Amino acid sequence: MENEASNMDGRTVRIGSGAGTSDDRMTPALELAERGEIDYLVFECLAERTVARENLARSRDPGKGYSPSLHERMRMMLPVCIEKRIRIVSNMGAANPIGGARAARREARELGLGDIPVAVVLGDDVSALVRSRPELTLLENGEPLESLLPRLVSANAYLGADVICEALATGAPIVLTGRVADPSLFLAPMMHEFGWSYDDLPKIAQGTAAGHLLECTASVSGGCFGWPGKKDVPDMARLGYPFADVRSDGSISIGKTPDSGGRVDVMTCTEQQIYEIHDPTNYITPDCVLDITRIRFTQEAQDRVRVEGAMARPRTDMYKVTVGYTDGYIGEGEVSYGGIDAVARAKWAADIVKERLRLRGFTYEDFRVDLIGISSLHGDTGDRPEPYEVRLRMAGRTPDRRAAHALGFEVRAMHLNGPGGAGGACEPRIRDVLAVKSLLLPRELVKPQVVVEGSL
Amino acid sequence: MSLRVYDLAHSRTGDKGNTSNISVICYREEDWEFLQRELTPERVMEAFRHIARGPVRRYELRNLKAFNFVIENALGGGVTVSLAQDIHGKSLCSVMLGIELPDRGRTAAQKSKKTK
Repeated sequence: MENEASNMDGRTVRIGSGAGTSDDRMTPALELAERGEIDYLVFECLAERTVARENLARSRDPGKGYSPSLHERMRMMLPVCIEKRIRIVSNMGAANPIGGARAARREARELGLGDIPVAVVLGDDVSALVRSRPELTLLENGEPLESLLPRLVSANAYLGADVICEALATGAPIVLTGRVADPSLFLAPMMHEFGWSYDDLPKIAQGTAAGHLLECTASVSGGCFGWPGKKDVPDMARLGYPFADVRSDGSISIGKTPDSGGRVDVMTCTEQQIYEIHDPTNYITPDCVLDITRIRFTQEAQDRVRVEGAMARPRTDMYKVTVGYTDGYIGEGEVSYGGIDAVARAKWAADIVKERLRLRGFTYEDFRVDLIGISSLHGDTGDRPEPYEVRLRMAGRTPDRRAAHALGFEVRAMHLNGPGGAGGACEPRIRDVLAVKSLLLPRELVKPQVVVEGSL
Repeated sequence: MSLRVYDLAHSRTGDKGNTSNISVICYREEDWEFLQRELTPERVMEAFRHIARGPVRRYELRNLKAFNFVIENALGGGVTVSLAQDIHGKSLCSVMLGIELPDRGRTAAQKSKKTK
């Protein structure tokens, strides 16, 4: 009965996008909360390998493992969100959503906002489950999971909107999750508000398409887009973050913070809709299989785009799982050459470094020489003009930490032990490699659940 | 100056694992069929030969006057293990936009106007 009533209501729910990565800018999110008249603010903060990295952080300190950006974001956003009753939905829980919820509650208390309950989504961590199933097949290379098990750091299923919806139903002002699919963070408030079920495929499709448009914040409002003289973006320094106006019938319109920079139009929406999609008839999320080939964008007003025509097939009976594992080290070094014969000296230096590493007995699984200014971004075509100055960059991946360090060490040594006029070498850089691969798990094996931290 | 994808379309790159997807979106509806004919997966593979192993698949999004090119083995093993500076390959749309296309009557006419 309640569902029928809400299906007929004419309300518009406004869902704002406040982060597209944990390193995203925070001021535009605050402006959206202050001036955007939003009902929900979603922070999407997990990249492919973030959960693996946060798992390592948690293994060193059991209180850690949520997004380190959570503290600053909550301090900045909570006062206005609590005052205006804007509900926060975020995957900043990462590898420790309970720890994240406790941290958020501490921030709220310190801000004088009192006891704020947080609904927490659990169940994405399937590492115990996959450890007991070494026969599972890795999607990337068809090999069994067993080959990675000794180095496994994390295994997390991309949960869907259904469990986030359950968390919203608790009424808690904040919902924190670990790994969920990005569009699901946006679809969940729509399902919650309007009582949509997974059978309402046209609505689920519209909500998922809108989630995809919003999940990278400014990328739909002029960021990752501007091109001087060709695709101008007004007042780019003050880029505003986007929101979606959603109605119970699944109609969607995209806009952005009033009086902010940027642009929302058919061009920006089209670029973002296709972003990170492969087969446009077959974009698989935990909530549906989205088909964007019939989508239409219409400019309704300045910085207002109507979205229509998203289609979907029912969700599959599998969850996609990302497994994270340690895969050695990457060592890296850089040094610059300028003026006469700059490129010839840089190439000579590269040969010397390679020879010294060989003489020292170091080997690498993968090795790369870049001439920044010629070939570092788009490979070496062999026919590009020589620039005035060039920066030599060398990088190698190896299981041997000493070999990784030696690479940057020998590049830096070009100052005294290489061709003339080498300048500005960086300190040797080493980073741990956390690699990821994927597999599929039958839906019934995964047990998503909701717990509440604090009292409602 | 010859005709480039840049003159007819805009583009954005995304990544998933070791696969890059690059959209090509026409500024004008009427250029879509020309690009459908000329911007073949083969021509794109040739432009990315020194970056990616391929293969290249092309999906058509007629409604959005767009194409989506999916280029396999393009990102040095994927963002988590790649030795590249641009591990996501975000800059690869510029390679797409730089692809030269056979001249068309219209642009030939414009050129001769300019020289007069």
